[in-house]
Amino acid sequence: MSGFQTPSPADTITTRLPTKPHRASGFHLSTRSISVLTLAVLLGSWWLVTALEWVEPLFLPPPSAVLEKAWLLMTKGYMESTLWQHLGASLQRIGLALLFAVLTAIPVGIAIGHNRIARGIFDPLIEFYRPIPPLAYLPLIVIWCGIGEFSKVLLIYLAIFAPIAIATATGVRTVDSAKIRAAQSLGASRWQLIRHVIVPSAMPDILTGVRIGLGVGWSTLVAAELIAATSGLGFMVQSAAQFLVTDVVVLGILVIALIAFALEMGLRALQRKLVPWHGQTH
Amino acid sequence: MALLQLERISAQYPGAAKPVLSDISLSLGPKQLLVALGPSGSAKTSLLNLIAGFVTPSAGRITLDNVPVEGPSAERGVVFQDDALLPWQDVLANVAFGLELAGVPREQRESKAREMLALVDLAGFDKRRIWQLSGGQKQRVGLARALAADPRVLLMDEPFGALDAFTREQMQELLLQIWQRSAKPVFLITHDIEEAVFLATDLILLAPDPGQIVEHLQLDFGQRYSAGESARAIKSDPRFIETREHVLAKVFSQRQTIREQLA
Repeated sequence: MSGFQTPSPADTITTRLPTKPHRASGFHLSTRSISVLTLAVLLGSWWLVTALEWVEPLFLPPPSAVLEKAWLLMTKGYMESTLWQHLGASLQRIGLALLFAVLTAIPVGIAIGHNRIARGIFDPLIEFYRPIPPLAYLPLIVIWCGIGEFSKVLLIYLAIFAPIAIATATGVRTVDSAKIRAAQSLGASRWQLIRHVIVPSAMPDILTGVRIGLGVGWSTLVAAELIAATSGLGFMVQSAAQFLVTDVVVLGILVIALIAFALEMGLRALQRKLVPWHGQTH
Repeated sequence: MALLQLERISAQYPGAAKPVLSDISLSLGPKQLLVALGPSGSAKTSLLNLIAGFVTPSAGRITLDNVPVEGPSAERGVVFQDDALLPWQDVLANVAFGLELAGVPREQRESKAREMLALVDLAGFDKRRIWQLSGGQKQRVGLARALAADPRVLLMDEPFGALDAFTREQMQELLLQIWQRSAKPVFLITHDIEEAVFLATDLILLAPDPGQIVEHLQLDFGQRYSAGESARAIKSDPRFIETREHVLAKVFSQRQTIREQLA
């Protein structure tokens, strides 16, 4: 009988459980709060070095001056345009380029991934121009198409086109063949196969392509505006730099960074919404 | 009368020295549940792919109702080992997919799909996402999807191979119930001997190198289940065990001959 008197395993578990979840002593920070802290330290030291006048405002204006300038730019403007007009000019260019890129690169990508002849035609073209930094062919575009809006949109379009087309083709090529066969044995025609199986299957890759394309497009746009433009965020930064208006330069850089961040986050949110199955085990 | 007919079928992949399937003849009629059983390498899946039309034979003729089979079509519904469902659609849309492709109006196809979901015991699962389903539930959806398109024959490619033993038993019983009710001829491939003996009205045993039929048995255990006997009672019946062992011995003797040929 003595065997029955020893505590059963279940008892031991219940008595031990409450002590188990205890963490080792010391405070615990989430990764996100560590990131927030890093930014706060960075801003703090910016304020500190300018408040103590360790750095001349010409090289680094205090945060307050940049904020003041931001207000001034939003209400009065700089170089005859407000911050909103510069921002609007940049966003319009990338928006137009993205629209045309999505409308053309996705069908081309599907064709490359799906059709041997289309692959033969487009693959070398895209692989040839893709590794060239867009700014390297900007001069040629300017010679051909002038210095107007069209040149800039065309440049960004070319920068966005390749990543989307390549990602789409990859997505199309890696469609699960069982899904294709399943649709065929349910009577799917060639077009139905593309519309109902191939495009949705490739959607996660397409969206990744758009994300990469937007990143490349945005940096290309700003760089192009630095070189040849009369409006836009890049132009604002460049012309301010020529007159050593450092607060506008800093502000411009911050706005450019903020837009890039917003684009990235927006695309990620879109990805979660449009392809919720991606990354799920199914 | 035979509905599906395979006459002296051979299949060979381009560049391969030996055919994967050689001289296969078989027929499948109404009220038949034909099971192709064989070890790995016996080209079971190749045989199913030929009938489904995913692959074309290098010799011989496949006909459905005397019409030659050319490419995949909705007449030959397929249930795959990995569900092959579309994760961007919910369960109901997946089941209705074949009807959508055929241009059936939404209300009509959804009511048909609901009917099929009820048939596989998944009533009320309409709005579930595919990745929220268990392995057995996915196979049920796959079965419902194939049935909703109302094919002439149902082809099943190791449909329960990836399921655990408990779920597999349930699915076998479900399949027999559906087969009995729908009266559709079924061609099923498996490497599970007990499953083959339990389900088949006709069992063909395939041997590898090249895939060929070495035994053709007519069985009635599935019909006994349909007549009301319990699955466990059938599977523990001495006659069932005897048949199972006979088939098992046949598989091993086949391997022995191959080994001797190689030696």
